[in-house]
Amino acid sequence: MRLRGALLALALLLGGTATALEVPPAPQPGERWGYVSDFAGVLSEAQRDALEARCKDLDASDSTQVAVVLVKSLEGDSLEDFSIRLAQGWGIGRKDRNNGVLLLVAVQDRKMRIEVGYGLEGKLTDALSSEIIRSVITPRFKAGDYAGGLDAGVEAIQAVVRGEYQAAAPVSAPPSEILVFLFFILLFGPLFAWKLRGMRAYTLGGGRHRGGWGSSGFGGSSGSGFGGFGGGSFGGGGSSGRW
Amino acid sequence: MPGPKTLIALGALLLLFVVPGCWAVSSYNGLQREQVRVDESWAQVQNVYQRRSDLVPNLVATVKGYAAHEQSTLDAVVSARSKATAIQLTPEAMKDPEALKRFQAAQGELGGALSRLMAISENYPNLKANENFLALQSQLEGSENRITVERQRFNAAVGTFNAHLRVFPANVIAGFAGLTPRAFFQADPGSEKVPQVKF
Repeated sequence: MRLRGALLALALLLGGTATALEVPPAPQPGERWGYVSDFAGVLSEAQRDALEARCKDLDASDSTQVAVVLVKSLEGDSLEDFSIRLAQGWGIGRKDRNNGVLLLVAVQDRKMRIEVGYGLEGKLTDALSSEIIRSVITPRFKAGDYAGGLDAGVEAIQAVVRGEYQAAAPVSAPPSEILVFLFFILLFGPLFAWKLRGMRAYTLGGGRHRGGWGSSGFGGSSGSGFGGFGGGSFGGGGSSGRW
Repeated sequence: MPGPKTLIALGALLLLFVVPGCWAVSSYNGLQREQVRVDESWAQVQNVYQRRSDLVPNLVATVKGYAAHEQSTLDAVVSARSKATAIQLTPEAMKDPEALKRFQAAQGELGGALSRLMAISENYPNLKANENFLALQSQLEGSENRITVERQRFNAAVGTFNAHLRVFPANVIAGFAGLTPRAFFQADPGSEKVPQVKF
């Protein structure tokens, strides 16, 4: 009893810091699994590969980054608090678009959360996130099918956010080619300018989110391996649930 | 060719005026940047509170359909909302700690009324199964979470600015420029987290 009291006093003394679960280091570019981090060890390698491929695919086409993170336990920390610290700390999504989504699962607590970046709040609303948790993921988790729940959940999230952004054109031309290209533009640009006038409406009236060159942050190119997260920001949007 | 005296005079001029001048300007710019960040985070805070207020009419209408005789709880939400939305603080006005306190008190009252409304809705299984209600409930939870996040960021921005104001040379410059410490959000009564201890 006295030991209990002493421990409680100590915990009170340490305050909130005693319960704040530390955010694990972000996956680095080139790692086999970047979008999928299974700290709870419930997925097989093949299941992780399948999820990883799904997330990588969306990043390549849309620049939108969906990350799946499983932890064993929150160790008393609040789900929402840990979730935003992780999402913001890792910087899921692109810096200039804030188009990241985190699907966080705390296995022992039987809690999960979809954390939505600022740039996707309009599409993936709180109500839709909640709907995905309740009717897509929860039934499968209740049956003990983690891989199936995550796969269907990520698929549902992607179906909602797909098309909101487009990946920037990959900057892959070597400098000499760019110089030649610029030279030709300088030489013939004025000649073509008047001809293109009529076409302007088409070329400049693209989507409002279409990014220019070099706006893709790190990665995003279609090379092999994980390209790293891009520094996206989160504001607490999304939804939590339990199963 | 300037003589050694001219060089010494130039050096002294540099040491006495130019170097401290640059130091003061960079410190002043830093303060201004931090103050802008405080104002931006304040705008975000007001946004997310507004977002919560905007949910109220729909929520009240939905609950009313299933729990009409909870009129007093519903009325409390409606009146708390009108009180809360009546207080909008410009960055200028919220420099006054009392004004911020009033804002926080009014929003806190709305938060309390809403949580009582959600608590009574537990008693109505039909309401809890209503898709519209479930959507509103998740939006309300999302809004509350956004409020927590943006308030923390606002407090962090104020903390940085206030700490900067206290150190030299910013404290001197702030005196000339009329910059004063900004007010914080206080923890809501009863919201202090009790640490969980597992034995």
